[in-house]
Amino acid sequence: MMKNRRHIKWGFLFFFLPVVLWLFLLIVLPHLELLRLSFTKANTGKFTLDNYLAFFNEPIYWLTFVRTAGYSIIVTFIVMVISLPVSFYISKIVKERISGALMILILVPFWVSELIRVYGWMILLRESGILNHFFVSIGLFKEPVEMLYNDITMIMGLVYTSMLFMVVPVIGVMDDLDNSLIEAAYDLGASKTAIWRTIIIPHCASGLVNGGIIVFMLVLGSYLTPNLMGGKNSLWFTEQIYNQIILYFNWNQGAAFGFLLLALSSLIIWVLLKLTKQNLKEVVK
Amino acid sequence: MDKALSVQNITKRFGDFTAVNQVSFDVEDGKFFSILGPSGCGKTTLLRMIAGFYKPDSGTILFNGKNMDGVAPNKRPVNLVFQNLALFPMMNVHENIAFGLRRRGEKGPGVDKKVRELLERVGLPESGKKQISQLSGGQKQRIAIARCLIMEPTVLLLDEPLGALDAKLREHMKVELKNLQSQVGTTFVYITHDQSEAMVMSDMVAVMNNGHFEQIGTPQELYHKPKSSFVAQFVGNNNKLRVKLHADSSGNTIARYADQYDFKLAQKLETANENEEYDLFIRPEAVIINPGDGRENFHILPVDVTSILFDGGNSRLLVQPLGTEEELVVALPQTREYDYIRSKDRIQIGWDMNKTVCFKRSDWKLYDEE
Amino acid sequence: MKKVVLVLMVLTILGSVLFAQASAETKNPVLRIITWSGYAPQELLDKFTEQTGYKVEVTLSNNEEMISKLRATRGGGFDLAQPSQDRISSVVEQYAIYQPIDYARINTEQIDASLLEAVKKNTLVDGKSYAVPHVYGTEGLVVNKALAPDVKDFKDLLDPKYAGRVSYRLKRPTLIGMGFSLGYDPFALYSDPVAYQKFLDEMEKILIAGKPSVKTYWDNGDQLLQSLRSEEVWAASAWEQAGWKLHAENPNIDYIAPTSGALGWVDTFAIPAKSENLDAAYAYINFMLEPENAAFFTNRETYGTASKDAVNYLDPEIKANFTRGLPPEVLANINWYPTVPAGIEEMEGKTLDKIKAAR
Repeated sequence: MMKNRRHIKWGFLFFFLPVVLWLFLLIVLPHLELLRLSFTKANTGKFTLDNYLAFFNEPIYWLTFVRTAGYSIIVTFIVMVISLPVSFYISKIVKERISGALMILILVPFWVSELIRVYGWMILLRESGILNHFFVSIGLFKEPVEMLYNDITMIMGLVYTSMLFMVVPVIGVMDDLDNSLIEAAYDLGASKTAIWRTIIIPHCASGLVNGGIIVFMLVLGSYLTPNLMGGKNSLWFTEQIYNQIILYFNWNQGAAFGFLLLALSSLIIWVLLKLTKQNLKEVVK
Repeated sequence: MDKALSVQNITKRFGDFTAVNQVSFDVEDGKFFSILGPSGCGKTTLLRMIAGFYKPDSGTILFNGKNMDGVAPNKRPVNLVFQNLALFPMMNVHENIAFGLRRRGEKGPGVDKKVRELLERVGLPESGKKQISQLSGGQKQRIAIARCLIMEPTVLLLDEPLGALDAKLREHMKVELKNLQSQVGTTFVYITHDQSEAMVMSDMVAVMNNGHFEQIGTPQELYHKPKSSFVAQFVGNNNKLRVKLHADSSGNTIARYADQYDFKLAQKLETANENEEYDLFIRPEAVIINPGDGRENFHILPVDVTSILFDGGNSRLLVQPLGTEEELVVALPQTREYDYIRSKDRIQIGWDMNKTVCFKRSDWKLYDEE
Repeated sequence: MKKVVLVLMVLTILGSVLFAQASAETKNPVLRIITWSGYAPQELLDKFTEQTGYKVEVTLSNNEEMISKLRATRGGGFDLAQPSQDRISSVVEQYAIYQPIDYARINTEQIDASLLEAVKKNTLVDGKSYAVPHVYGTEGLVVNKALAPDVKDFKDLLDPKYAGRVSYRLKRPTLIGMGFSLGYDPFALYSDPVAYQKFLDEMEKILIAGKPSVKTYWDNGDQLLQSLRSEEVWAASAWEQAGWKLHAENPNIDYIAPTSGALGWVDTFAIPAKSENLDAAYAYINFMLEPENAAFFTNRETYGTASKDAVNYLDPEIKANFTRGLPPEVLANINWYPTVPAGIEEMEGKTLDKIKAAR
């Protein structure tokens, strides 16, 4: 019996150690190194807060962050608003067979990379693109209009690329919603909007917050979509980090930006959770 | 009296299947009306049409004389207590009960007062702050009813709300529900597959089968004067004797049981086809044990006692008529008068001709394995 | 039983690691190169392996990543790199990621002498040079002459006449090219950060004011080719290869050297500090600069080569491109990128960010 137990312990160590090493060497250590870099001066290696102060002193940096965070919140909100009726339709209205097919339709675009999806949009929307060709040929437009390279297109692209991550958790909780609750509310005099407000949205709150956190982080951390679809005015905060590290070799500044992004986005999520009275533990569950 | 609810010639089809077929009935104001039928008989469909969730294919529904055609569920003066109660888990008890009032736009202390009154009436004062998950089955029941009653509906619909409770609690809730109804005076339309629930609580019962009503009447009428074979079998316990009919020389209808016992019937029935099968029904409590001779219009049947089922006031004898393999149930009054009867005894049983009913043979699946 | 299996597993894993280590020490037949896409055609790699026995592993990259990767490993992980000549001396000073070139092991006979001297001079750190020239090219204008006949210089990209029909990269070459075109000498200002900042502030104003002309700031070559090909964009700052490629499809489009001078770059061979296969690295440099091999590369990629006699092996149409777009008088007028002093790129970066963020 004793011997047997020793065996299990060895086996456990054998498989557990790589996981610990993996986590420590590839995730914890690099982050600690980045944290150290963010507090040191570029060439001398001395301790400094300059990298963090630069963020607050240089308007271009924090304005970019405010812009990025603001647009991320807007995108998250739009995704929520769209995914609610979409999930309701898939989960409650259509037959099971069709709802499976619809789920696949939502999933399929995510089988290809973000880059290809964005290029797809560009082919559709560009001045010499398919939509323009169509609108001109039916006489709706006199001449082609550039639909790319503006904030609205960029938001649309971000909404599209992050839709799935909201729809899936919301469908998950929507499936648990007892249809008779909706009927009971209807029976007790609730209008359609009141049913959404008092029954469906509160029921789906955990899924919405769950998806909201994923979408917010995803959008905040996205690089390709704002860059390619946003065009000449779209400076995204991730681009600043990329530029600092890759273009200007200022790892210290880039590391500081990275940790600021982490800290500020966590702060925003915390504030939003507080405001919506959601509990992170419940959401993660 | 005013008719709180009037249903006229209502029909609902799902594809080829006719769930509700030409049903008509009226419910008088303040009555407890039950619709009794086995599951799949169309009673839930009927209820959902009354509540407004289904649109009838034809026919009209009137509340207090007002036609409800095209009126959405949230605009009807009717509320439904769901089978699974459908209390809102995201709200506490108080918010659940106040839900309907708030949707009507009522605000402020008036709402709180009404909710408190209703909580007292259903015997749950002080539980307004509780979450739904903290309530017991019976408490949930009362909250679900309170949530509807606060709307002061013309008609309160109840869809087998006692189904989820255990037997003991169900017995208790039957009485409580009946008392509540007579206190508040609201018209109840109650659907159930349990004939005991329907009989105990209702002023009027409609027996439903295969999408139509077999009979509407008081519980006593249904019990004593069933108008169809289905009602005779579905309402209360009944003995069924398989018989064939012929007429005697003076024109009376005679039922022949097991090819050897002839019973003269009070009714006159069509006897042209002597091979047609009929059922003769006798309630267990109408059967007299060892009745003795010399009674008028009386049927006598010799039987063997197969077993004695002692159950206090509900004790019964199981007996086998001589020359058959069938089994009849006989009420065994606990007056100590029949203490001498033992299993395997040969005795005589009999009953008054007027206490039988006879219908053409039709077999029903009465109890479904739910 | 379990124990035996476990011990065997551990032994196998340890054994394979040790074996790999041992074999690596005895012989190193692999040359690991980090280079640009197209710089190491498979045909030449096969030929190289056949001649020398060295196998080549290619990692595709660009200047910035090359530096970042080598910096992360402190000059290890690759045996040969191909940075631009202006990206060498400063990173050698700061991070010491390259080692000096032993020119005795280079066959200098076959290299264009002036390019070699220029590269040696530009990569000089503490009396030693760090690179050998391989490929050169220019950044100028690609213009659709039918639609934008008046674009002759970088500053013409600001012309409101071509509003929404112009594209350039929001990268440092644009700041510099625009500077030369508007009468500055940005390279001369490199040594004076204050003056350079003033120059950048000027450029910021000018480029923000010129934003309405821009359709989008292009980011990758395919994107640019597509916009020029579809005539959504009429004039752009770009490399001669883009112009020549489009010229073959549409004769109206061609590469033009700006009147203020095209910007010239030279990509080199440099050896990372922890190169594990010096023999193979030198052999590869000499091999790639043989006239025949260099010409194969130029015929394929249309980049100019530092190999002196490669011109004798060029295809006629490739030769025609060079005589049309880069005749001797244009080559003489090229502004070659000098080494970038530390800190300059960060200043430029901030300016570029401000331009991009401006409305």
